[in-house]
Amino acid sequence: MAILNGKLKERARKEFAGLGEEVKLVVFTQELECQYCQQNRMLAEQLASLSEKISVKVYNFITDKEKAGEYKVDKIPAIVVMGEEDYGIRFYGLPGGYEFTSLVEAIKMVSSRDSGLASESRELVKKLTSLVHIQVFVTLTCPYCPAAVKLAHQLAMESDLIHADMVESAEFPHLVNKYSVFAVPKVVINEDIQFEGALPEPAFLRQVMKVGQKQN
Amino acid sequence: MEAKIEDIGVILPEAEELTRPAVDEAKVYELVIIGGGPAGLTAAVYSARKRIDTLLVTKDIGGQVLLTSDVENYMGYYYITGKELIEKFKHQVRQYPIAIKENAEVIRIGKEDKTFTVETSGGGSYRTKAVIIASGKRSRPLNVKGEKELVGRGVTYCSVCDAPLFTGLDVTVIGGGNSGLTAVVDLVKIANKIYLIESLSSLKADPLLVERADRSGKVEKFLGYEVMEILGETRVSGIKIKSTQTGEIQTLAVQGVFIEIGLIPNSGFAKGVVELNGWGEIVVDCACRTNVPGIFAAGDVTTVPEKQIVVAAGEGAKAALSAYGYLLGES
Ligand SMILES: Cc1cc2nc3c(=O)[nH]c(=O)nc-3n(C[C@H](O)[C@H](O)[C@H](O)COP(=O)(O)OP(=O)(O)OC[C@H]3O[C@@H](n4cnc5c(N)ncnc54)[C@H](O)[C@@H]3O)c2cc1C
Repeated sequence: MAILNGKLKERARKEFAGLGEEVKLVVFTQELECQYCQQNRMLAEQLASLSEKISVKVYNFITDKEKAGEYKVDKIPAIVVMGEEDYGIRFYGLPGGYEFTSLVEAIKMVSSRDSGLASESRELVKKLTSLVHIQVFVTLTCPYCPAAVKLAHQLAMESDLIHADMVESAEFPHLVNKYSVFAVPKVVINEDIQFEGALPEPAFLRQVMKVGQKQN
Repeated sequence: MEAKIEDIGVILPEAEELTRPAVDEAKVYELVIIGGGPAGLTAAVYSARKRIDTLLVTKDIGGQVLLTSDVENYMGYYYITGKELIEKFKHQVRQYPIAIKENAEVIRIGKEDKTFTVETSGGGSYRTKAVIIASGKRSRPLNVKGEKELVGRGVTYCSVCDAPLFTGLDVTVIGGGNSGLTAVVDLVKIANKIYLIESLSSLKADPLLVERADRSGKVEKFLGYEVMEILGETRVSGIKIKSTQTGEIQTLAVQGVFIEIGLIPNSGFAKGVVELNGWGEIVVDCACRTNVPGIFAAGDVTTVPEKQIVVAAGEGAKAALSAYGYLLGES
């Protein structure tokens, strides 16, 4: 079954023509009881077939438990987008609809090994002192969500202390409930800060700094 | 499950076919365009073709078209989705060396002598000889008690974005026009029960949409009711409505409130700078000139009647050509 139609494949191939360094997609999946795991895996494999620079490694969430622990992947479907090193970039839930854009963007960014953040932002994240975990809740029909996901992933790329997840709301109702997600994009930073909407880079970063400069 | 596959990847990120000029805060641009909807994007293409040194500052690329599922009245396409149309617009913009500052909100326009300063909430500041305001419109709030406090806690203005979060819940849609009924039809597949509230005694929406809502059996209509208050502490728990005829008050228990009662212009940052009409629209003449020489405006944010993509695009073209004429006269 082809997940990407011919037209999209062609477009994605074009996007990937300029890829620089190698990109690895680490997919966590499960045979049963995971509605979108199979499609998620196929999506990763099809993208990889479009460029020599992209490779896929598939792990079973249950039987490869130590790997899941190593990558700190706590739910599925999951895709880790990484280079030689793991920057902390995660997609939880099938990145379809508008989020397909986010996945392609993440692949391109990791391949360039450059976050593309403004120079002031790069300086600022150097001042982080503690771990920051950013979760961006999305729906696949939300046109404003990819901007928030991209920014979070850029920050993860830039700083070893930052991990950033896209979380597809429909697939993780318990998290939607836990964090009272009633509007997207919704950003949750550690357990401390929550806000809705795609904030511009400086404002987003201010929220991250509030959390990541605490003594711990 | 299948629908989800089809949804995959309708919009792709930009392929940089041309290296875009970097955004430069030190220089004086010839033209700054505010807004990346049909009006702003068309203005950008026209100005680039006139070799005007242009910066586009915008919150997003696409504007209201991002929220439009199907377009059946933009010439050249008898049918195109909103996403695809934006793709085409972007592709055309990409052919020209236009500097773009995305994800930026303009909060102020300053004027000193013959240059303007366009300032953003992120702290950016851009100097320019001319400005085109094409900031369009956004959802109109109800302005009732509880609304502001509960935004993002069950009150929403973006049905397409947030509808999937209300699976199996009871919700209300405020507004019986096309956008309200479109929200209802989207929610039919998701929510448990939908109360549709409209202050007039009939629905203005296309009968086709109303039929689809009715057919679901999930929709209960309250025509001739206005909203008094949205209830809830940390999240929406209900809504208080009042009959405009009998004055009778009812409380409906709901977890979501979708507000679809029309639009207001994004002209707050232009207030006190250019002339606005009573609705906050920027007053322009037939050449898109405002009352301030060097500031032009186009599209939904202006007094020009008929808020449509094709109209906004046409106005954007006109504004760019007017700005070109202005810049020629100035240099
Ligand atoms: C649900 C829906 C369906 C529609 N269907 C159709 C249709 O089928 N056919 C049709 O012809 N028309 C349709 N319309 C109307 C059409 O979308 C608008 O007329 C058109 O988009 C107006 O274009 P614009 O560029 O003037 O403004 P907008 O599209 O509103 O774009 C404004 C731009 O300015 C940006 N902006 C706003 N404030 C700021 C700020 N302070 N700083 C920086 N940037 C800012 C916004 O982010 C956006 O990019 C529909 C509208 C809606 C909401």
